[in-house]
Amino acid sequence: MATEPLTEEVAGTCVDAGGSAIGMPQLCFDWFPNQIFWLVITLVVIFLVLSRVALPRIAAILAERQGTITNDLAAAEDLKAKAVEAEEAYNKALADARSEAQRIAAEARAEIQSGLDEAIAKADAEIAAKAAESEKAIADIRAGALESIQVVAKDTAAELVTALGGEADAKAIDGAVDAQMKG
Amino acid sequence: MATETTAAEGSSLVFHPMDQFIVKPLFGDGAIAWYTPTNVTLWLFLAIAAVFALLVLSTSKRAIVPTRMQSVAELAYGFIYKMLEDICGKEGVKFFPYVMTLFMFIVCANFLGMIPMSFTTTSHFAVTIPLALAVFLTVTVLGFVKNGTAFLGLFWVSSAPMALRPVLAIIELISYFVRPVSHSIRLAGNVMAGHAVIKVFAGFAAIAAISPVSVLAITAMYGLEVLVSFIQAYVFTILTCVYLKDALHPSH
Repeated sequence: MATEPLTEEVAGTCVDAGGSAIGMPQLCFDWFPNQIFWLVITLVVIFLVLSRVALPRIAAILAERQGTITNDLAAAEDLKAKAVEAEEAYNKALADARSEAQRIAAEARAEIQSGLDEAIAKADAEIAAKAAESEKAIADIRAGALESIQVVAKDTAAELVTALGGEADAKAIDGAVDAQMKG
Repeated sequence: MATETTAAEGSSLVFHPMDQFIVKPLFGDGAIAWYTPTNVTLWLFLAIAAVFALLVLSTSKRAIVPTRMQSVAELAYGFIYKMLEDICGKEGVKFFPYVMTLFMFIVCANFLGMIPMSFTTTSHFAVTIPLALAVFLTVTVLGFVKNGTAFLGLFWVSSAPMALRPVLAIIELISYFVRPVSHSIRLAGNVMAGHAVIKVFAGFAAIAAISPVSVLAITAMYGLEVLVSFIQAYVFTILTCVYLKDALHPSH
């Protein structure tokens, strides 16, 4: 720092002729008034700057931030409540829809069931009618067949008798065939 | 110091560890009167500029989401405010601008002093003694104004046995008046010692064989001094708070 030599008259009790410190410069009382004077000015300036400008401003910034955070938290709380509400509504709608669907399904099932039952009953009746008809037809056919067999048997018997050289007696043959058929 | 003796030996080693603390006029070589602008003036005003930049310019945007510099200002504010409130309670908060002024001035002056070739204002007793005396006088006057003679209860340890109380009162009284001395010398002494040691190491750098060690030592000391710069400002401020608490609540 003070390596450049100072002039002779400056070299006082604190600085030697070579510009070096004699002892501790901190204890040079010649400089005290100067240092204290400028220190007081400095402190007053800093105090005024801080108390008038800096500290109120920083306090305002911090308060504003706190306010913003509080507001945001409240808004978030609101939104959260709304979300919960919406979820409840959604769940309720879902449950409603489900029960409605079940109801519709049950209705449809019942309708189908009744239709089915009706159809089955109708089909059963038709089947029974058809079966009765068929039975009748079968009985007819059976009766017809018996008659035909008698006719065929009588014809055959008459042919056999003729072939054997006998005289076919229609009455005797009928009676014999009838007797055979009954047995 | 050992300046003259080492120089007189004629070796290449020339130590002037204290020369960095010499007060010089900024203009010309005249004598130093109380109003002369000196290097002290320059570095004190730079401290003002630093405080202004840190606390006023950085907060000029008043951003809700702070910039980096604004965060520094807010952290400094919160740091000192909380310290004052924790120690002195709600009553102490009205001294916040005063305490903040002390802290910001000391911390800025200390760190400006860490710039190579700078002048360290806080290494001078002429700077730290007025600071400490201002605290001492504030505390004493405030103590009597707020509590009247009850402030003397600070020296009368009512929890001690009756026989011991006069002895303790003398000890308390001495310790009370030693406060400004220790308060000021602690700050100036720490700062001055570190800077002088760095200068001594720098003197050794003239010897080629030692210079790497010297540079390393300077680096290490510099790191330590950065720490000391902050810690001493912190200590000065927290002691101010503690003394203020005594004035506000003098009972032990």
